[in-house]
Amino acid sequence: MLLISCPNCGSRDETEFHYGGQAHVPYPENPNELNDREWAEYLFYRDNTKGTFAERWLHSTGCRQWFNMLRDTVTYDIQAVYPMGAPRPSTAVPAAPESGTASLAADSTTTGTTAPSTSATSTAPGITKSGTTAPEGATK
Amino acid sequence: MANTAAFAGINGLREIRRSPASHLAKAMETGSVPGTVALKEGPFQTMAGVRVDPNSEEGARIASVAGGLPARCGEVGGKEGVSVLWLGPSEFLVVAPEEAHDSLGGDLIGSLTAALGDAPGQVVDLSANRTTFELSGPRARAVLEKGCALDLHPRSFTPGTAVSTEVGNIPVALLKSGEESFRLFPRASFADYLGRWLLDAMREFASPEVP
Repeated sequence: MLLISCPNCGSRDETEFHYGGQAHVPYPENPNELNDREWAEYLFYRDNTKGTFAERWLHSTGCRQWFNMLRDTVTYDIQAVYPMGAPRPSTAVPAAPESGTASLAADSTTTGTTAPSTSATSTAPGITKSGTTAPEGATK
Repeated sequence: MANTAAFAGINGLREIRRSPASHLAKAMETGSVPGTVALKEGPFQTMAGVRVDPNSEEGARIASVAGGLPARCGEVGGKEGVSVLWLGPSEFLVVAPEEAHDSLGGDLIGSLTAALGDAPGQVVDLSANRTTFELSGPRARAVLEKGCALDLHPRSFTPGTAVSTEVGNIPVALLKSGEESFRLFPRASFADYLGRWLLDAMREFASPEVP
């Protein structure tokens, strides 16, 4: 079970979220000029990255807001959580300490126009690492 | 807006309105363990779903009618008799006693709608969308912890806060109403399931403790 740090609500169980696929897939500027192959590639072809992958998530039973996440597809390590529309942060983002409770979460709503600093919304690595040793609190 | 003729309720059907878990009332009574954990379905309430940008002018107007909008997850706004739960950055659930409904002589929905005016946003009467379970007692937290992954310890989930989360795998709004009491707002279609789930979770506390 992943413990995902929602930018609005703080740490929540993976079951509260829905996966939205690869992030940063831009809509074609002139869709009418695309041939069938290019259109099919826009619609259906996605990266199958081994390693750090930028993906979209929806906190469907919480604040119902979308956000982006950098996740390692091998270790499940969540490296950064950042708002929709923000550019992909570099993978070497220093981790912010875990905010812990929902009520103490930073007020970084997705309605804001300015992108919050990635250090405020990134999660602590190690919280969601899968492996033989399940982290405390992620097994429930 | 005091309309005494409207006291009969919506189309005069108030008397035959039944709550979504009314068929479990007896089971909840026998399933409650006095002094340990008790479950009952709360009375009907007036609820309004509000979507508005809280930082805008219309957000300020709605806040003044509802008694303040919560700023972030966990907070509860409102005034005497009215609670405003935070569901999202621009989404709120206003909960008030049943009498506040316009069809019963109140003016909550109407005044919220008037406060929004033509501005972007919405005010929707959701009074029949959710029902209320009241779970209380020293072991109420232990019952909830069987199906809720949030940290419900009083140090992080204090009375007067509310979160939208999952209990027993279904989405609920969970409000901590007192030191040892919780209020759960499941959607009406989940009321039967959640009522039975809570009764099942409470059952162990009716038996003598196994040393």
